[in-house]
Amino acid sequence: MTLTQRYRFIYKPLVFIACLAPLAWLICGALGWFGVSLGPDPVKELEHECGKTALNLLLLTLAVTPVRELTSQPQLLRLRRMLGLFVFFYVVLHFTIYLVLDLELNFATLGADIAKRPYITIGFTALLLLIPLAVTSTNGMMRRLGRRWQTLHRLVYLIAVLGVWHFYWQVKRDVREPLLYAGMLAILLGYRVVRARARRRAAAAPSTGAAPARPAAPVTSTSRVGPSLRPSESD
Amino acid sequence: MHTRVPRIAPSEITPPEVYFSRRALLAGALAAGTSSLLRAAEAPPAQGAALSYTVNAQYSVKEAPNKYEEIAGYNNFYEFGTDKDSPSRNAQTLRTRPWSVNVYGEAEVRGTFDLEDLLKGVALEERTYRFRCVEAWSLVVPWVGFPLSTLLKRFKPTSGAKYVEFTTLYDPRQMPGQRVPVLHWPYVEGLRIDEAMHPLTLMVVGLYGRVLPNQDGAPLRLVVPWKYGFKGIKSIVKIGFTSVQPRTAWNVAAPDEYGFYANVNPQVDHPRWSQATERHIGAPFLAARRPTLPFNGYAEQVASLYRGMDLRRYF
Repeated sequence: MTLTQRYRFIYKPLVFIACLAPLAWLICGALGWFGVSLGPDPVKELEHECGKTALNLLLLTLAVTPVRELTSQPQLLRLRRMLGLFVFFYVVLHFTIYLVLDLELNFATLGADIAKRPYITIGFTALLLLIPLAVTSTNGMMRRLGRRWQTLHRLVYLIAVLGVWHFYWQVKRDVREPLLYAGMLAILLGYRVVRARARRRAAAAPSTGAAPARPAAPVTSTSRVGPSLRPSESD
Repeated sequence: MHTRVPRIAPSEITPPEVYFSRRALLAGALAAGTSSLLRAAEAPPAQGAALSYTVNAQYSVKEAPNKYEEIAGYNNFYEFGTDKDSPSRNAQTLRTRPWSVNVYGEAEVRGTFDLEDLLKGVALEERTYRFRCVEAWSLVVPWVGFPLSTLLKRFKPTSGAKYVEFTTLYDPRQMPGQRVPVLHWPYVEGLRIDEAMHPLTLMVVGLYGRVLPNQDGAPLRLVVPWKYGFKGIKSIVKIGFTSVQPRTAWNVAAPDEYGFYANVNPQVDHPRWSQATERHIGAPFLAARRPTLPFNGYAEQVASLYRGMDLRRYF
């Protein structure tokens, strides 16, 4: 089995199922199947679990690049789009539960919340910013946008910051968990800053003759991201 | 000067903990055996020794009370952890007997009293009150207790007593949540003396006709139904009569978010969320959100306490 086949028939389906597991759990809880209970406040539980799953998957999406670089497993990139789309899926679900089950479709309250409550404003902003990323996640869009695709998709960094901030701000007092998320996000973003700085330094001193340890990743990353995501591409 | 009521010999009473410690151990073992995520769908029945009390219908709301497992399984009691299910999972470490209450400040009768002595001869009544949390969820709870005023009058507060200050037990061995500085421990709450003396203000020792579960604030807690739930301090070990406004735990932690008065008020939002509506715990999907009432529906009885006050300023 080639690597491409392994991704297509084994790894991707496994990741797909793993990403749906939290949803399956919440459905069982909401319907009371298999003795699963969401506790006395099922609406909050659904809302929070969807939000937290979205954040978990978002951090996982952001971890793809460092992990593939540090472990020299560039093929891992093939899983990233699915993870990203599941982030969008759970964020939409999180918002839908908030609007339908929590606010019970009270649109006046929704408007007031988005306008007046900062943590909802930033959460809603993050949701809106995810839409163009989801829409342009197809191969066709990647080709069409070319270099601009990556520029656009750098929005994910802002979205991640807004998402963690949204979590931090809605917690009443015990901020340990959101701080944990903030710490992980800081590591993932910090990695990128350090890497970019190292590349700039390497680019600024080309006369040393020594080839960079990770050859030419920065310059070609745009061209590499697009095509390598295509399932048809062979290794 | 005060005289101590003689203590009952330990042999004469069988503290409920003796019975229920075994049950708690069993429950703990069960809880440990199942995943914390996988909560049993079947709810535990009301535990604790049965109390004798009369039903005070006049002071009870007509709404149906929440189930026992909702009231005893969904708690904010940060002394046992900050998740809603932490208190019910962790509060079995609290020893509720022997229990003493220290009375200090502007009163003729001061000192440390055994809770059994304080409760002796007190007529317990059941009152079904609305409960509104500052987090915008609500319950209806059949408490068993007695008016705080009957207790406070026994200490003969002097004219200097403008406020009553309550303090929760501080003992990180029994209350592991106190190892985490989420709030400034011990938890302190307070009322103006007229609020404390109001007939609706309740000292609670029971729930659903039985001894109060630890996670709901055993053995002695405060319930002020027209205020947000955090005013209802739990596991009280000190009651003080003061001339200055007590520095209450949530007010110290976030003065812009939690006022000293904390009267339920749909007009005054929390800075981060609306207080106009609430979600009723236990209500079916799509039928849980309801409007929040001024003073949590007790305006007729208590609004006069705040006549002339700017409730936006004194929130």
